[in-house]
Amino acid sequence: MTIERYVSPLTLDEAAGIMSQGGVTVLAGGTDLMPQVHSGKLKFKPMLMNIRRVGELQGISMQSGVIRIGALATITDLLTNELVREQLPALADAADHFASNQIRNAGTVGGSLCNASPAGDVAPPLLVYNAQVELVSRPNGSMQVRTLPLAEFFTGPGRTRMEPNELLAAVRVPVPKAGTIARFVKFGTRPALDISTISIAIGGVKKGRALHEVRVALGAVAPVPLRAALTEAALEGKDLDAALIDTAAKTAHDEIKPISDIRASAWYRQELVHNIVKRMLTDVAQS
Amino acid sequence: MSLKVEISFKLNGVARTATVPADMSALEMLRDVLGFTGTKYGCGEGECGACTILVDGTSLNSCLLFAVDCDGRNVVTIEGLAAEPKAEAVQKGFVEKWAVQCGFCTPGMVVQATHLLNENPNATDEQIRRGIEGNLCRCTGYVKIVEAIAAARDSVKQQGAA
Repeated sequence: MTIERYVSPLTLDEAAGIMSQGGVTVLAGGTDLMPQVHSGKLKFKPMLMNIRRVGELQGISMQSGVIRIGALATITDLLTNELVREQLPALADAADHFASNQIRNAGTVGGSLCNASPAGDVAPPLLVYNAQVELVSRPNGSMQVRTLPLAEFFTGPGRTRMEPNELLAAVRVPVPKAGTIARFVKFGTRPALDISTISIAIGGVKKGRALHEVRVALGAVAPVPLRAALTEAALEGKDLDAALIDTAAKTAHDEIKPISDIRASAWYRQELVHNIVKRMLTDVAQS
Repeated sequence: MSLKVEISFKLNGVARTATVPADMSALEMLRDVLGFTGTKYGCGEGECGACTILVDGTSLNSCLLFAVDCDGRNVVTIEGLAAEPKAEAVQKGFVEKWAVQCGFCTPGMVVQATHLLNENPNATDEQIRRGIEGNLCRCTGYVKIVEAIAAARDSVKQQGAA
């Protein structure tokens, strides 16, 4: 299919209105769209809509205990924004390990989530921070906004619960409670420009030696970035001693059913998850 | 044929208009439509950095940028950096430290290094290495490239102090 129309709306209202007409390819940073079109993985729809100039989709702000990251915030924005660095350090860490400077300068948070790669690096920390996605549409001429927990957003590689007429406008992250500890580790064969073999984010509120409200999120071990519910349950509220850390690492190992692909075998991915969960929890126990 | 779109933007300080297919990359526009061949086509998928340009002061892979998205923006290529003092220091560093072998990665390296020193004039050697992590050199001359950028950093600082 070739592009028949190109539009570059300036307001969210206008952009949502265009989406409701159907047949739209959305362009933001372009870092995923361009290679996917060239490789034939994705075909253009008749309308190419460049949302980069939509004001409401930009910026990172905090209001009544919620950090709102606009869909067009770039990965570099995550790395340099004071709010993110102070309140969501595991997300800033993920941004630091994301592709290269040139790609971080172009790629957007919204684009990364909508691309829904099982190995997308911003998903695990956002899952740990209990993020919600803000989805907008204009079905009958008036704007509608709904929110969805990020944990329910992904349905498969490249697939999400977003309706065809919806746009992802922002990610909302509740400001973490006092005492929250969060960590992110990505494993790849080189530090830069490598798609994660696996990635892990772990977070919780530390009281004494125990973690409460534990959240463990894993990337590149399943068709979607996911929460490791059994591992979280094993850790919840218990003293983080060597025995518990061992149990949690084994639980994480057994909880996942990764595939073998060009980046790693299923066996190796499980070993990585076991060993890195253990290392991360040991670090959390000592902090 | 894909739809053609007329765009206006600033290229190396000069106002330009171009008519480009909606699915064309900024790299193809620069090289094939406008004749600015200093920006190189390496991999076409954002892995190698040979096509690095500056857009609104930030470095991007022009192979991943849609040409239509240049509309209204300020685009600078390696050609536009010829008379820019920081870029001149970088180019001098590359010559003096023998950081050029085949030369194919050099324009992208120079643009990215200039961006890096614009953002962080006091970049450490480690930060220089991180800064060019999106630029591949297949002659594997990274040590000399890092030395060249460090020399540029030092000379710009000296000039600033003088």
